[in-house]
Parts: sequence; C-alpha cells; structure tokens
Amino acid sequence: MEAKKPQLRKERIDRGIKVRADDIFALNSWREVIYLVGPRAIPVVGLLVLGPFLSAYSREILISTASYALLAISWDYMMMAGLASLGQSLLFGIGAYFTGILNHYFHLPWFITIPIATLTGSAFVSLLLTPVLRLRGVYFSMITLVLPLMFMRLIEATRILGGTEGLTGLDSFPNEWVSYYLIMFALLLALFGFRRLGDSDYGLIIRAIKDDDRSVMNAGLNVYWYKAQALFLGGCVGCFVGAFSTHYDMFCGMPGFALDYSIMPIACTLLGGMGSFAGALIGAFILVPLAEVLRAFGALRIVFYGGFLAFSIVALPEGLFHYLSRKYHQIERWVEVR
Amino acid sequence: MKDPLLVVKGLTKSFGGVLAVSSVSLTVREGELVGIIGPNGSGKTTLVNLITGFVKPTSGKVYFRGTEITGLPPYKIVNLGISRTFQMVRPFYHLPAFKNLVVPLCSPRVREAAGGGYGDRDAVALDLLEEVGFERDSFVAYKVASSLPQGYLKRLELAKAMALRPDLFILDELFSGLSLAEVASVVPVIERLKDQGKTILMVEHRLKELFKIADRVIVLNFGEKIAEGPPGVVMENPNVKAAYLGGE
Repeated sequence: MEAKKPQLRKERIDRGIKVRADDIFALNSWREVIYLVGPRAIPVVGLLVLGPFLSAYSREILISTASYALLAISWDYMMMAGLASLGQSLLFGIGAYFTGILNHYFHLPWFITIPIATLTGSAFVSLLLTPVLRLRGVYFSMITLVLPLMFMRLIEATRILGGTEGLTGLDSFPNEWVSYYLIMFALLLALFGFRRLGDSDYGLIIRAIKDDDRSVMNAGLNVYWYKAQALFLGGCVGCFVGAFSTHYDMFCGMPGFALDYSIMPIACTLLGGMGSFAGALIGAFILVPLAEVLRAFGALRIVFYGGFLAFSIVALPEGLFHYLSRKYHQIERWVEVR
Repeated sequence: MKDPLLVVKGLTKSFGGVLAVSSVSLTVREGELVGIIGPNGSGKTTLVNLITGFVKPTSGKVYFRGTEITGLPPYKIVNLGISRTFQMVRPFYHLPAFKNLVVPLCSPRVREAAGGGYGDRDAVALDLLEEVGFERDSFVAYKVASSLPQGYLKRLELAKAMALRPDLFILDELFSGLSLAEVASVVPVIERLKDQGKTILMVEHRLKELFKIADRVIVLNFGEKIAEGPPGVVMENPNVKAAYLGGE
C-alpha cells in the first residue's frame, strides 16, 4: 500500500509586539524599535529625502504620483464611510477652478488661494451632495459620476471662466522646491493623519456606517451628519490636489473634471488595498509611474495597463498592502495535521 | 400606579393598500415588562418601527414621558431613552464584537451620562459583553462579529441596547433563533434589567418563555389589538384562541 502523504496546513503566528502591552508600546530592544519604526520611515524618508537626488523629469512624475496618491487616499476615506464616489474629479475640478478664480480675478497669492480653495471647495461639494447623502452604494456613485460631467458641459456651453480655453497664465510656485515639499508634506499628513483617525473611536463610527447605517442610527448617532463630515474631510484632500495642480501647471480648465481623476484613484486603492490609506499610496506609486514607462508602447499602452490591473486584482484581491503587512506581522510555517 | 412611560394613541400605518398597524393604542408604565404577541404578519415589528422612528406613521401619536416623539428621527428617540434591538440582527460585521459596543458608547446620551468625559469605552464594552454572557477568558469578545454564531449575535444586539443605558428597552424577538440553553442564559439578564427599574417591551414568538417573565401581554392580529391583560388570562380569550389556532 502506498504510504499516506502527511497532510500539511499553514500555521500563522502573530509576531506582534503590541499584544504584549495593549496600547502602550513596551520596547525591549533596538530590534523592536526598528520593527516598529521601519515601515513608517520608508515613506517619510523616501518622499522627503529622495527629491533632490532625482532628475527634474523624475521629480515631475513623483509629484504627479503624489497627486494621484492623495486623490486615492481621499477616495479611500470616503469609501470607509460607505460613500462609493465615482467623482474624485468633481473634487479636483472644483478645487482647481476655485483656485483659478481666486488667482485670476482677485490676484491672490498661492499660499492664500490653496487653503481657501481647499476648505470652501470641499464645503461647496459637501453642500452640493447633502441631498444625496441618504443614498447608498451605486446610487451615490451615479450622482458623483454625473456631477463633474455636468460642470464640464456647463462651462463649455456658457463659456464662463474662460470656457474651453480655461484660465491660463496663473501664478506658479516661487520655485520647484516649494511645490515639491508642499505636496509631499500634504501626502504624509494625509497618510498618517487618516491612519490615526481610522484607529480612533471616531474612525470606528465612520467604519460602522459602511457596515450598517441604520444600526448606527439606532446607536443614537446622526448618520447623515457623520457622513457629511466624512465627505468634507475627504473632499478637502481632493480639492487640495486640484488647487495645488492649478498653481503647478499655471492653468485650470475643463480637463480638471476629466474621468481620469475619478478612475485612477479607485484603481490605485484597489491595487494597494482598501481601508488602509497606505495601500492607496502604494497603488499610486505603482500605477502612475507604470503609465509613464508604458508610454513607449504607444497605443498598446492601455492594453498592457489594463492587463496588469486586471491580473493584480484577480491575483491579490485583498490588495498589496494587506498582503505585505500580513507577511510582515506574522510568522508562517507549514505544520503537519495530526 | 406608576406614571405611564410610553403612551401610544391610535397608531396607524398603511403600506399602499395594506393596513399593517391599525389604530393601536397602548400604555407602558415605568418598571413594567410588557409582551407583544401575535401570529406572523400581525404588525408587531411595524409597531416597533413606528415607535422608534424607523417608519413614519400614517396617523396616530407616540408619547414618551409625556412629550410627543411621533415622527422624530431614530437617533433623537434613542437619545431620549428608548433603545431597541433588531429581530434580524444588525451588527457591524467588520468590527470585533466589543468594538460593536463602542459605537453606541459614543452617543450623546452616554457622553452626557458620563459627565461629558470619554472614559475607557473598551473596558465598558467588555464589561457589558460579560454581562450578556460573552465569557471573558474565551476571547470571543475580540472576534470579528461576522465570525460569531447567531446566539452570540443576538446577545450582542441586547448588549448594544444596554450600552445606551435606556429607560425603555424594546426587544424585537430577542429569543427567536436561540437555543433553549441560550434563552435560559438571557432571561436572567432581562430580569436583572427589570430589577434595576428598567421598563421593557418585548415582542416575542416564544410564548412559554415570555409568559414566565411578563407582567402584561398585548395581542395583535392583522394590525389590530385584540386583547390585553395578564399572560394567563389573555390566552383564555376566545379571540386570541381563534387567532392562534384558527377560527370556526
């Protein structure tokens, strides 16, 4: 008779050091310090230190990558509250046009236009979407998909705000480093800020809304107010990117409402892993440079790009970040089943 | 006689042509445990939804502590002191069991009761779960809600209602889907709530268990109140017998 093959199963053991002391980190050694700080240091050091060592062209790509990463983080946060937005371009476009108006008609400098456009732009979008906050899932998505297209055609048809030409000749940043460090600091702030928020009790309510909003209501909390807050906070990030790009490109126009700004962030977040914000960042740092590299293939670019995206989402549905963090935090080994 | 806590007057709800609840009036006094029974589709859950604001009534009024609460949104009613459970459990499936309780613990009502302070919500949540029978040593309180069996989810629903420290509990078929042993473990929790002076309105299908603890029972059939009284007396009522066993 054939010898029976031993059955194996994968055993996973937490490497966590958090378990030992609940919320207080009791660090025993430099190894543990590095274990804890290491992954967090990668984006900080990478983004802040790398800049000066790169060519002007690579820096430009890095800035565009950071922009998409911010849009993706904004999408991820809204998704956390169950707001499946298909309209990140609405945020981008509103932020861009608000900045353009403030700079073109009122001649305000960038350090005033950007904060104002970020806050008022997001407040404007939140008010605009207040009536549809009751909608869930696909219904909310449809509204957010349609709105930027409506704004685009409105500008085209009425020829306001420069019409199809857009507003050109806007002020640029005083120098390259201001723009570079502005967006990098914003990215790090959004990344660590939202991660911290997501772990707090406030973040818990936001995540609970996605699970079951009626149950949150039954917990004595005004769901619509929390949803509006989530929309505003996520909107601020999106509008900031639009405002930043306006000064960076010295231009704002109808392309600000383009579908690219809606779809790319979603693709980035799905590739990187939803609900972690770090996943959104990782996704953007893969997909945006990849699009740049594939430019050499001309029209076939989209084919390769789509293929890569489809493959990675099928092969790793949980997302890159969740996969990596599991590998990082757990020891895996095969053991015999007895 | 104690003061009436909840007064319902002529509450009616029609969905299109269907009269789900038809002119129901009832009074629940402080400290009472009142059961609502009736065959399937008799409007019990709709009545709960009407009282708690999840469904707006076609006509009729609801008063809580003498103030009208008809048509208020559910979260305002909760903060006034009425807390309900859902018949079909509605946990936050992606959160660990004890984090499910942190959400109600964030409500304005609890914050006020705690004197504006935040306190350690996780610790309060774990205590509450232990009270409804989540064994503290078994780590079951730390498991994601989607991995819990029905019995635990039902008790989690009860704990979520308890977290809000309401004056009036409305329990919508808490016992359904529980094994006999599980019911036996939940009954003492309800009795303890009653001893603390809480008022409880229970919609229930499991009459045997209900009759042991209820002070008074209200019977619904086709959206109408057909009988009311102490458990033993109500079941002798010919209308109730007809509703449950079929008329002539």
